[in-house]
Amino acid sequence: MNNMKNQVQLIKEISGSNPYKCMKCGKCSAACPSFNEMDIKPHQFASYIMNGEIEALATSKSLWKCLSCFACLERCPRDVEPAKLIDAARQLVVRQKGQDYLKADEIPALLDEELPQQLLVSAFRRYRR
Amino acid sequence: MKYSYYPGCTLRTKARDLDAYAKASAKALGFTLEEIEDWQCCGGVYPLGTDEIATKLSSVRALCAAREKEQDLVTLCSACHHVIKRVNHDMKHNADMCKRANNYMENEVPYTGETTVLHFLEVLRDRVGFDVLKEKVTNPLTGKKIGAYYGCLLLRPGKVLGFDDPENPTIIEDFIRAIGAEPVVYPYRNECCGGYISLKEKEQAKSMCDTVLESAAGFGAEMLITACPLCMYNLNKSGTLPVHYFTELLAEALGVKEEAEKACE
Amino acid sequence: MQRIGVFVCHCGSNIAATVDVKKVAEMALKEPGVVHADDYPYMCSEAGQALIAEAIREKKLTGIVVCSCSPRMHEATFRKAAERAGINPYMVEIANIREHCSWIHKDMEVATEKAVILARAAIAKVNLNAPLQPGESLVTKRALVIGGGIAGIQTALDIAEAGYEVDIVEKTPSIGGRMSQLDKTFPTLDCSACILTPKMVEAAAHEKITIHTYSEVEKVSGFVGDFTVDIRKKARSIDMTKCTGCGLCQEKCPSKKALSEFNRGLSTRSAIYTPFAQAIPNVPVIDRESCIKFKTGKCGLCEKICQAGAIDYSQQDEIVTQKYGAIVVATGFDTIKLDRYDEFAYNQSKDVITSLELERIMNAAGPTKGHLERLSDGKHPKHIVFVQCVGSRCSDDRGKSYCSKICCMYTAKHAMLIRDKYPDVDVTVFYIDVRTPGKNFDEFYRRAVEEYGVNYVKGQVGKVAPQPDGQLLVQAVDMLDNKQIKTYADMVVLATAIEPEPSVRKIATMVTASIDTNNFLTEGHAKLRPVESPTAGIFLSGVCQGPKDIPETVAQAGAAAVKAIGLLAKDKLMTNPCTAKSDELLCNGCSACANVCPYGAITYEDKEINDHGIRETRRVAVVNNALCQGCGACTVTCPSGAMDLQGFSNRQIIAEVDAICR
Repeated sequence: MNNMKNQVQLIKEISGSNPYKCMKCGKCSAACPSFNEMDIKPHQFASYIMNGEIEALATSKSLWKCLSCFACLERCPRDVEPAKLIDAARQLVVRQKGQDYLKADEIPALLDEELPQQLLVSAFRRYRR
Repeated sequence: MKYSYYPGCTLRTKARDLDAYAKASAKALGFTLEEIEDWQCCGGVYPLGTDEIATKLSSVRALCAAREKEQDLVTLCSACHHVIKRVNHDMKHNADMCKRANNYMENEVPYTGETTVLHFLEVLRDRVGFDVLKEKVTNPLTGKKIGAYYGCLLLRPGKVLGFDDPENPTIIEDFIRAIGAEPVVYPYRNECCGGYISLKEKEQAKSMCDTVLESAAGFGAEMLITACPLCMYNLNKSGTLPVHYFTELLAEALGVKEEAEKACE
Repeated sequence: MQRIGVFVCHCGSNIAATVDVKKVAEMALKEPGVVHADDYPYMCSEAGQALIAEAIREKKLTGIVVCSCSPRMHEATFRKAAERAGINPYMVEIANIREHCSWIHKDMEVATEKAVILARAAIAKVNLNAPLQPGESLVTKRALVIGGGIAGIQTALDIAEAGYEVDIVEKTPSIGGRMSQLDKTFPTLDCSACILTPKMVEAAAHEKITIHTYSEVEKVSGFVGDFTVDIRKKARSIDMTKCTGCGLCQEKCPSKKALSEFNRGLSTRSAIYTPFAQAIPNVPVIDRESCIKFKTGKCGLCEKICQAGAIDYSQQDEIVTQKYGAIVVATGFDTIKLDRYDEFAYNQSKDVITSLELERIMNAAGPTKGHLERLSDGKHPKHIVFVQCVGSRCSDDRGKSYCSKICCMYTAKHAMLIRDKYPDVDVTVFYIDVRTPGKNFDEFYRRAVEEYGVNYVKGQVGKVAPQPDGQLLVQAVDMLDNKQIKTYADMVVLATAIEPEPSVRKIATMVTASIDTNNFLTEGHAKLRPVESPTAGIFLSGVCQGPKDIPETVAQAGAAAVKAIGLLAKDKLMTNPCTAKSDELLCNGCSACANVCPYGAITYEDKEINDHGIRETRRVAVVNNALCQGCGACTVTCPSGAMDLQGFSNRQIIAEVDAICR
């Protein structure tokens, strides 16, 4: 229980955004290009955090499906910035040892001739510590 | 006019042409891009966590280098632009982050966001002026129907980047007009190409790019132009329309394309 | 030496739960001049007031301090009680230990200490108080109503019916306001024009009402009961006494490209125009920006064809100066600009419209003659999507923080009317909440769903993407099904937030009425004085005070009228005796005070002064007590310390500060 409270606090701190500002309008989910790939939807991020369901959020597919395209953040009428909330949840996971979504071993198989360096750098930043 | 210039990792490797076309065009337009020394990779994505410091330091170093030369800092790649502009915004508006970064870097004079970060397109719009550019075009791309592809990183968050209207931008369309071609406006020009997700979820990224390209083609675009090597890569995986860097068309319109290509070899 | 009584109120537990009231009374008794101190659960009650009166009589008090709530609540109560007990009401001071103390503190010890200090300051002031006598001022029995929409019309009618003269100042060429642009009104679906026009006609015909259209308030001076107002009557270029309203000039005018304001820019109008058929007055104006005669000197067609000879190109703006006892602000609203909401493609597609634009499209006198059609290609739509809360309930920097209140109902109305008239059209409404608190309102909304089959979806729209074939791809979410929706629509209607008509800021400044960050005028008290501005003599009618629908607007308009009538019914007003006073011996005649006085209350006179035996004529400041509002600007400006405010003298204020710092 205590740990969960700490994690909720940690997410608020890392994200710098306030999930209590959410009015559940759903505009983030309406804007999200990755909506169909996500199990927990952008408009649910705030309530998962408010309800302390961090474990569910941390094991959700959504962590790895967010594109950081900031459509939700740009269009949110309440400045909740769901992209920051899900990134904070992702940070909780990747900052733990061995929790990387992208392993170095996987890389060679994913490469092709045209692949820009920028893609590897970006994926490393988002998917692992 | 001289600008400090931050090329970024991909412009030294897969996207050397994006860089070469820009430099040749700058010369033709009468300004110089001075590459800052010992630049480091920006990291490709802006670290969203408010407690992240180390991952933002490469941007701070670039910003400090430009400040030392009293120059504006120009970028070309959308991702570098996004990261450096946002870090600069943090240094200006987030006192805690600013203090910690300065402490870490042991800056004698603390850096507090003094440098102006400009995208090459902003230089064309705000410093050169599209009307002046139009006059300098020797080889107008008359009749070409071109769709601007903005993607996300140039535009959002609008409040921080201040690049253009994030929902209905016009800067690349104005650029297209200035080089004598016809802009094609389509609604998905500010939607995501999939970004870094294309490393592991190739299908998802492809389907997103298909939507962009279909929309552009539907409105009559013959090609798309972009500023970002990753957008270029992702869009090319769909491959239904040719995609070019905006600097390539600029160099062509200014008659310096071959010169640039030689420099690239 | 004063004999002061201190009365500490518990306000139930409002004060007593946080402040040790006994201790405050006990500490007060140690202050100089205090001969009596007591506490009581409700000092404002009859028993509490009796306690004060008894103490005044028994202890022969000369002044009292009541430690209680804000003076805005009960200063008048205690002043009256003191007066009844035989002391001058200006010998009463309030120490606000509720709003300024108990309500904002949690720690009893700290709060008690602060309450003691606040009491001490008030006691220090009363020690220096002197009895003051209010003067009298006359009331001009005429009211000004700014804005000629339904709010202004109703207020004017009610005041006029009570027998007082009323002037309406309306900046557009006709009265009628937003309501004249509406097609039908909820929840009864009456035709808006059918119920509004009779009121417009009644106002125009009323012998007590004067209507100034195409006019703006330019300058306001004076104070409650005695305002002087300059009204700019913009040059209409038409002689109103001659024009018969035949309309021939509008028909023949060759310049027809100006955008019709009345049709929200969806159609064009001639340069000489009346905004709509039922306009009052039925006299056109020439829009000089669009008129060929004014732009090039050529044309002059209207002058040639006008049989009444009413066209007058040489007409100039005219300033009318009039005195009023009361001013009612009824400036209304507009929809916000949607430039920063292009995720809905408002600027990219003609078929994405605001609800007010839809009103014009649905109206028989509108740009499509009342046929529901797409503005891009004139085609009949098959699917219309409504988006609620566009720009309302936002905490970002794009929209408004408040709920616009009328959108849920008018959207239900639009949806119902469309489904009724065109059963082949599908209607989807994306909503965040459906808010229908009002008589017969929820029933109305349910009827849209149950009887008319309007598809209400809980969720928002994230993007509207115009397609090459002109359709609109709407990307939205259904939060109850947890599904993202992509649906094609032929039209998208945005329930655009409303905001106070932007010119209200200028008017608020002129009449010194307070205004909030959203440009809504502030009420005297949010619950107890909802139609009065805190500035005496200024009343609020309609949306200028806050979002409201037509029935609420009409009710508020009537309430504002009653308040104005209450003022006009008085022959004289008691004036505030806390006015400025100049010490002739100190005044050096520099004019600094007169320059800062917002009420023009200070003049200069050459007076013979006896300065310690030296007699000489000096130019000195003289305050007109009827005009002075006691703002104090002159007292802080005066370089020689000659100007002082009665009841708030420099000595009194310094004594208060000293008492706090002791």
